[in-house]
Amino acid sequence: KKTQARKPLIILRAGITEGAPRGRAGYPCKTVLCSHFANETLPSTVIFGEDVAFGGVFRCTVGLRDKYGKDRVFNTPLCEQGIVGFAIGSAVAGATSVAEIQFADYIYPAFDQVVNEAAKYRYRSGNLFDCGKMTVRAPWGCVGHGAMYHSQSPEAFFTHCPGVKVVIPRGSLQAKGLLLASIRDQNPCIFFEPKILYRSAVEEVPVGPYEIPLSQAEVLQEGSDLTMVAWGTQVHVLREAANMAQERLGISCEVIDLRTLQPWDTETVCTSVAKTGRLLVSHEAPITSGFAAEITSVVQSECFLNLEAPVERVCGFDTPFPYIFEPFYIPDKWRCFDGIRRLINY
Amino acid sequence: MAVAMALTAPSLNFGVRSFTRLSRLSQRLFSTAVIRYQQEFTTLEEKPQFPGASAEYVNTLEFIQPNVISGIPVYRVMDRKGHIVNPNEDPKGRISFYMTNYGEEGTHVGSAAAIEMQDLVFGQYREAGVLMWRGYPLDSFMAQCYGNIDDYAHGKQMPVHYGSLEHNFVTISSPLATQIPQAVGAAYAYKRSDIDRAVICYFGEGAASEGDAHAGFNFAATLECPIIFFCRNNGYAISTPTYEQYRGDGIAARGPGYGIRSIRVDGNDVFAVYNATKEARRHAVSENQPMLVEAMTYRIGHHSTSDDSSAYRSVDEVSYWDKQDHPISRLHNFMINQGWWDDAQEKAWRKQSRKMVIETFERAERKLKPSPKLIFTDVYDTAPPSLQKQEEQLKKHVERYAEHYPFDKFERF
Repeated sequence: KKTQARKPLIILRAGITEGAPRGRAGYPCKTVLCSHFANETLPSTVIFGEDVAFGGVFRCTVGLRDKYGKDRVFNTPLCEQGIVGFAIGSAVAGATSVAEIQFADYIYPAFDQVVNEAAKYRYRSGNLFDCGKMTVRAPWGCVGHGAMYHSQSPEAFFTHCPGVKVVIPRGSLQAKGLLLASIRDQNPCIFFEPKILYRSAVEEVPVGPYEIPLSQAEVLQEGSDLTMVAWGTQVHVLREAANMAQERLGISCEVIDLRTLQPWDTETVCTSVAKTGRLLVSHEAPITSGFAAEITSVVQSECFLNLEAPVERVCGFDTPFPYIFEPFYIPDKWRCFDGIRRLINY
Repeated sequence: MAVAMALTAPSLNFGVRSFTRLSRLSQRLFSTAVIRYQQEFTTLEEKPQFPGASAEYVNTLEFIQPNVISGIPVYRVMDRKGHIVNPNEDPKGRISFYMTNYGEEGTHVGSAAAIEMQDLVFGQYREAGVLMWRGYPLDSFMAQCYGNIDDYAHGKQMPVHYGSLEHNFVTISSPLATQIPQAVGAAYAYKRSDIDRAVICYFGEGAASEGDAHAGFNFAATLECPIIFFCRNNGYAISTPTYEQYRGDGIAARGPGYGIRSIRVDGNDVFAVYNATKEARRHAVSENQPMLVEAMTYRIGHHSTSDDSSAYRSVDEVSYWDKQDHPISRLHNFMINQGWWDDAQEKAWRKQSRKMVIETFERAERKLKPSPKLIFTDVYDTAPPSLQKQEEQLKKHVERYAEHYPFDKFERF
């Protein structure tokens, strides 16, 4: 079942408390780690948003205020358009600014600031001004009981906006590297954090800073019959579906984590599809105009003659995210497995 | 040919009278004490202990009425004929010449002269005088308006969307009020870096209705930012008069609601604007507090060249402001009274200005537009592969269909 936690792999070594017990609930997440390093190497860095000061509703900023001071780690009033507008101006003035939106579901009041301002700052000024030092973080995706306003995956609204980058990690190790890369990237980045993974994704993470390059997809497992693409939580669902396909159908699946959605790594995906001839893309967000549509479109253009079957999209339905029906709504491993079957039998 | 006037530092008594009135007025309605910390919780006092407000109990049911007292007074230094009303207020500072954003020149020059060159300016679109004051060349204004090869922004934006890093003037964008919370963020960053640098943010009374204005005011107050909010209340937002824009006492009255020190000034009195802005800047930087200046003025011109304001206001109304209460006329009269200017100089200066502008026009018109390859620059710091591909696609396309594209006006691809 999708909502079951991933099997904890190894303890998250946060560099804060060594030798912590396994699988402790509410353990500070990888973002704390990333912010630590961002703060240490970039002394102008500030991090702010609603409830950031005490540690955040997902404990992502626990301990930062004590360590770095209240002028660098602070609460803002309850106003997303203010949070992002403020972050833009702060970045323009030269401060590395990490803005937290409490849930991605609440990012829309800031949509104007992101699309009309942040994304266009460098372009419209002829590179005289830019807000590249801004990063917006937001918890993202389904969590088992979040319903319409605590489960959304709004990435497609922003991938349609040239000038911002959209980044989504699948776990702790990836999150740290991608977040540091996003913070240091000289363009405004939106970093969506799968909230269901805050507690359940436990991995061994190096203590020192490291970056994972943006706009580079990762092939998690190689395969020959079928390519599967996802990002965030759904990557793990696809891995399970791939295992099922191998066991039950003898199908070898190549699984790709896109990691950066805008600008995305068309080369890795198209190279894979040219090899396998079949593509399945999966995301929780509603299927119409979801990001799978963009991937499908580019792949059919670049790999038309390689395709053995139409591209399969296994996504959320075109409805708002329902509460009690979550097990039916999400693209779980059975729906993904079924998609694989359809591709193979075409 | 700038007309320079020696002005010394303004008296600190400048606004005491009007400010005291404001304070008394406000105390009758609500406390303007800026609450800098959470009040302490105690069960000992017979006083409300709510964390959300510091107030006394009252036993009668009475709603606070907006506008029951006459509005926040308008601070001015000289009357419409250019005579100084209160000699104590006679300002001394430096003011240069001014440009035509018809009727609002006093707000531009008065405020720009009162702040420092290193202060960062976030504008709306009707602040050309601020940029002129800072020395942005006529050729650069013209280049942006024409979108030619000398435009720093490579023809990316509509005219009057100026910007200059050198002059600390952030590039203008069309959406209204978006600059307000941004200006606050910049002010916060300057506060943290502990330099003598303020931020001034201009907007109109219409833009002040946007959510971003509310966001900016609230953030500036809670995060204690050294910023001057400068509202040009010019009576109209395109065709919408102030009566349809707000029902309270303008923008100045909102300031205290956020915990922001506020003043209303006669925006057509360049000295009043100067005095108020100078004090606002001093206070903002020394106390790390936002300040709100509402400059009352009148938009004599149309909203833009796409507008014909005779459709929604009378010619008589416009004529009144043009003839009876024009910021340039009032300064002109003051200077005449002082013996610093005369009609002959006026005539000569007008002729020279006109010549300068027309020549700049002609130079700008003759220049080419930038190369279309610049369409693809500055989306990101470096162009991603997909964008490079699109540039190639366009290049090939216009080569094939060249006769259908206006290449004679543009630099080569």
